[in-house]
Amino acid sequence: MSENDTSITVCPRGPLLVRGDFEILDDKGQPVPRTRETVALCRCGASAIKPYCDGSHKLNGFEKNR
Amino acid sequence: MKIPQHRGPVSSLLLQILGQNDLSTDLTELNEVATQALSDSDILCDEDLQLCLFALYELHYGGFERVSDQWEWHPGLLAFRARLETAFEARLRDAVGELPAIADTADQVAAQLFELAGSSTGPSVSEFVLRHATVEQVKEFLIQKSIYQLKEADPHTWAIPRLTGRGKSALVEIQYDEYGSGSAGKMHSELFATTMAGLDLDSQFGAYIDEIPAITLASVNMMSLFALHRRLRGAVAGHLAIYEMTSSIPSARYARGLRRLGFQSPVTDYFDEHVEADAVHEQIAGRDLAGGLIEEDPELGPSIFFGAHAVCFIDDLLGRWQMEAWEQGRSSLRSKELIR
Ligand code: FES
Ligand SMILES: [Fe+2]
Ligand SMILES: [Fe+2]
Repeated sequence: MSENDTSITVCPRGPLLVRGDFEILDDKGQPVPRTRETVALCRCGASAIKPYCDGSHKLNGFEKNR
Repeated sequence: MKIPQHRGPVSSLLLQILGQNDLSTDLTELNEVATQALSDSDILCDEDLQLCLFALYELHYGGFERVSDQWEWHPGLLAFRARLETAFEARLRDAVGELPAIADTADQVAAQLFELAGSSTGPSVSEFVLRHATVEQVKEFLIQKSIYQLKEADPHTWAIPRLTGRGKSALVEIQYDEYGSGSAGKMHSELFATTMAGLDLDSQFGAYIDEIPAITLASVNMMSLFALHRRLRGAVAGHLAIYEMTSSIPSARYARGLRRLGFQSPVTDYFDEHVEADAVHEQIAGRDLAGGLIEEDPELGPSIFFGAHAVCFIDDLLGRWQMEAWEQGRSSLRSKELIR
């Protein structure tokens, strides 16, 4: 898959859905463990498994009035 | 799996017929006792009829020990199954009632489904498992789940060749993950088997069939009903969307409940995996699967939302059934004495 096939979808009131060929690095440049191809990255700040989403955005009213 | 014990006149006859493997058996009597049962009882929670449906569907999955594979497409049995299905589907449609107006863009469809998924008012089994359940109760909970989770994802897979475009890609994307993304031993059904084994339970599919009550069988029979009929392919999508949308947060509670009781990885892996996986799947299922299908073919809307509402209805009943039993200090499983 070429870089151009990578996409980030902003899910309303939810995470960023990232598909394609990419790497997630921590602040030291080390790869963040990843077990699936398509990931959901937390955007609301409440996830207990950051950087991934754990569905908590549904409990904290994230962007509710958008 | 082994042939289950019968639960009444219809399943008694059906299981006996299956076990004899004589494909020329006359099914007149079977149809007659079914007519009686269908007019006497509510198929949704009838032990006898739900077990019949389960057995007839199982012929399409793993089948039964010592039961001929030829029964799968036996015209007389299919006609018999159709009679039960007609009653079962009518019962579900009746419970769901009239559907609200359905959106026509993927974004709005996803929003509608998320709202529906979040609207359950039933008691929370996951809260109970998180805080209070004993090891025995967790075992019971796993036994209830095992009749689907040990073949997790299989019913929905049947819809793949019936879909096209974005919805099809989305379903394949989810199922690929459900089946472990190509890594042997990582299928969600296998992770569930590991959890069961960790609590000293038998993880062979169907090992506990005789203890599974009708309402639980109805929840898996509903999936097979949707999955085996092309006309209900939308319902498969709606069903999966709701399953995915009601999984991450409860799964986190189940994992914590297991840790509270002293269990750890790999016993907790099934639930930990579902926290992360289903936070992805719910977005794909809502927007790309259900939403994508409706954008491509708006006529699928009612079927998708029928499936979504039906699973909410059954899950609510299941949760109540489970919590009512526990609140009264008894098991939600069929008691051993009843099996005979
Ligand atoms: S966006 Fe889902 S938990 Fe934060
Ligand atoms: Fe799963
Ligand atoms: Fe999933």
